[in-house]
Amino acid sequence: MIIPMRLMKEHQKGIIRRVRATGELGRRIRDLGLTPGTPIEVQGRAPLRDPVAIKVRHFRLTLRNNEADYIDVEVEDNGS
Amino acid sequence: MKSANIENKTELLIALAGNPNCGKSTLFNELTGARQHVSNYPGITVEKKEGITEYNGVSLKIIDLPGTYSLTAYSIEELVARNFIVEEKPDCVINIADATNLERHLYLTVQLLELGAPVILVLNMMDLAQKQGIKININKLSKRLGIPVVPMVARTGQGKEKLLKTIIKFCSETSKHNTSMIPISYGPDIDPVLDKMEQIIKQNNFMTDLYPARWIALKYLEEDQQIIEKGDKTNKEISSSLKQFSKELENHLTITLDTYPEAIIADHRYGFISAVLKKDVIHYSAKDNAKELTDAIDKVVTNRFVGPIIMVAILYTVYEFTFKYSEKPVEWFELFFSFIGAKVESILPAGPLQSLIVNGIIDGVGAVLGFVPIIVFMFFAIAFLEDTGYLARVAYMLDRIFRTFGLHGNSVMAFIISGGIAGGCAVPGVMATRTLRSSKERIATILTVPFMNCGAKLPVYAVIIAAFFPAHHAKVMLILTLLAWLIALTMAWILRLTLLQGPPTPFLLELPTYRLPTFKGLMIHTWERTWQYIKKAGTIILAISVLLWAMMTFPGLPREQQKYFKEKETLIVSTLGKNQEEIKKQLEQINKEKKLAIFYNSYASRLGRAMSRVTRYCGFEWKTNVALLGGFAAKEVIISTMGTAYSLSDKTGANIPLSERLSKDPNWNYVTAWAFLVFVMLYSPCFATVACIIKETGQYKWGIFSIIFNTAVAFCFATLIYQGSKFVGLL
Ligand SMILES: Nc1nc2c(ncn2[C@@H]2O[C@H](COP(=O)(O)OP(=O)(O)O)[C@@H](O)[C@H]2O)c(=O)[nH]1
Ligand SMILES: [Mg+2]
Repeated sequence: MIIPMRLMKEHQKGIIRRVRATGELGRRIRDLGLTPGTPIEVQGRAPLRDPVAIKVRHFRLTLRNNEADYIDVEVEDNGS
Repeated sequence: MKSANIENKTELLIALAGNPNCGKSTLFNELTGARQHVSNYPGITVEKKEGITEYNGVSLKIIDLPGTYSLTAYSIEELVARNFIVEEKPDCVINIADATNLERHLYLTVQLLELGAPVILVLNMMDLAQKQGIKININKLSKRLGIPVVPMVARTGQGKEKLLKTIIKFCSETSKHNTSMIPISYGPDIDPVLDKMEQIIKQNNFMTDLYPARWIALKYLEEDQQIIEKGDKTNKEISSSLKQFSKELENHLTITLDTYPEAIIADHRYGFISAVLKKDVIHYSAKDNAKELTDAIDKVVTNRFVGPIIMVAILYTVYEFTFKYSEKPVEWFELFFSFIGAKVESILPAGPLQSLIVNGIIDGVGAVLGFVPIIVFMFFAIAFLEDTGYLARVAYMLDRIFRTFGLHGNSVMAFIISGGIAGGCAVPGVMATRTLRSSKERIATILTVPFMNCGAKLPVYAVIIAAFFPAHHAKVMLILTLLAWLIALTMAWILRLTLLQGPPTPFLLELPTYRLPTFKGLMIHTWERTWQYIKKAGTIILAISVLLWAMMTFPGLPREQQKYFKEKETLIVSTLGKNQEEIKKQLEQINKEKKLAIFYNSYASRLGRAMSRVTRYCGFEWKTNVALLGGFAAKEVIISTMGTAYSLSDKTGANIPLSERLSKDPNWNYVTAWAFLVFVMLYSPCFATVACIIKETGQYKWGIFSIIFNTAVAFCFATLIYQGSKFVGLL
């Protein structure tokens, strides 16, 4: 099942399938190593539910929900 | 490419490049020691650090390039780094990578190699890598990348010898560097196009004097603004044919793969890195203690409920630490400057020169250097939070709120330092905006942090509160604190919708692994920033001190008054004859009166009276205006100037405290008091802050803007309070 990163739950794992952002945002996303095929794990969300913190390629980074919208992630279908 | 020959070269030029937080500054300090020099790249605010070191009789000039993740043309830091490498052609580029996070750090390495730079890779933080059970085969890594690789622990200097040796050897090899590197493949869609473009570029010598041909082609595919613009200027025809290739490829990719060249290129760079970092080169242990520790800490400090509480506690501690420990040194500075002032006063004869030096230069510079202890402690605390990695968590937790107002998670610190909890200082606040990368959000932050209640405004509030709200000190302070936040954030929001329009910059931020910083590293960070403040702010401040002094001193006394004082003096001397003690006392009295008369006649005081035509709308009289003018030097001066102005116009000459005077003054009441409080909170930043704004934005216009804009905002709010109260019949 492929969903936007925004919809991922805490501690859910997945593999990035597509990054739809272009321009500066797209470039920043790629510079930090969020490219298709990369496994990620959601670590948590800030107290106000935004931004989201993720683990990728042995380090942690955080991005806003509206930035996570551009990233499609394949997650295990857990029936929900 | 170039070749360097040590024999006929007296100095090697070495550039340090790396991601933020890779330990670049640590290595730079380790290599250069105290022999370094910080300046700005011409016209922009990116810092340029250079230092010199010597090894085996060869002198090395080392440049610390700005920390970047990439080498595109999107951010000013990346452009600076890239331009330096291309234009200055350093003999070698030392690329520092964090060994515990190699995959991402090599992304920059790959781009340096694409650019054809002579790269030496330093694997830093080997101590941490070891602790985390990461094993790296240095030789194989070096072979695969085709460049020398040196493992290091920059923090302890371990590996420094080896690095220096490698640099010398590398630079003395006359053979062309980097040709051994296998060109990276960008896949079957892009490679053939790149080949064709490369051919055209080579045939026409299109910018090949500056860049490698394949790299130019790559940048056209990535739609790099800087290179395309340059290309257009160099040869319009070739440039547009290259653009045509790029366009066609883009269309092709959109149709077949629903993607675009930039994305595919990045994918292949990471693909190349993965190929380099196969199991035989790097091996991760299953258990990683440091990162697990970081996860555990994060679980607590970014927790929904506990996180914000811990944050407030930590920020409050920073505050307490700064203002508690800087209190004494600030006093010492004051004592020192008044001592010097008194000394000069006793050496030089009374007159305009003495007055210029004592009241103009020493007092003015003293007022500014008085901030130094605060800056030192504040920057020490910030450096600590920054180097441990906590600051990134603060940005993470508060970004949602600040974003609403067109700001950024990284703006938080600047607001807090400037007086978000009453008692900060806007000078280090403005300087703390350096963690913000986008210029619009940064300028919006810089322009609104002076609205916060800095420590110098507090004594002014204290006097007014004592006069009009003696029983409600805490309540009034709380209202003023909340009001400052509300107005500052609203103004930031308005600025971002008008003058500083633009989409929010991506937030995307690394949350670094928690690390314990070294004391030495913290001291170096602190000292660098402090010294910059002293140096740069010092020049502007000196000029303005002299100007303010002149305004409060000239044009001096009119002739008849001069005569009046002269006569009085002679009268005293002649009547009291031998009583030296009494003569001295009375002459001093006269001198005091004379000073007040000079002040009354000064341009500042005239200006104050002229201004009352406008300020009467918010209920201020001329004496208040003069005090507010003086407050431009430093906000606490408002109180002393008001004291002077009010006692001056008190004909009885009674010696009573200012707050009592104000509470009895018919022109003052609690409505004027509120208008005044709000005005003081909002109006023009003091000139030390203005100097910093100019320095940090790199433009005079923002300094001048902040004076006018903030004063206008202050006037509007004060008028609103005063006229509003009048309207509803409170007055
Ligand atoms: N354990 C360890 N820490 C290091 C090493 N080099 C740098 N650091 C720490 O990493 C942090 C960031 O270093 P800094 O030089 O400021 O990084 P920069 O952003 O690249 O300039 C500081 O807290 C340093 O003390 C190292 O080799 N080992
Ligand atoms: Mg640094």
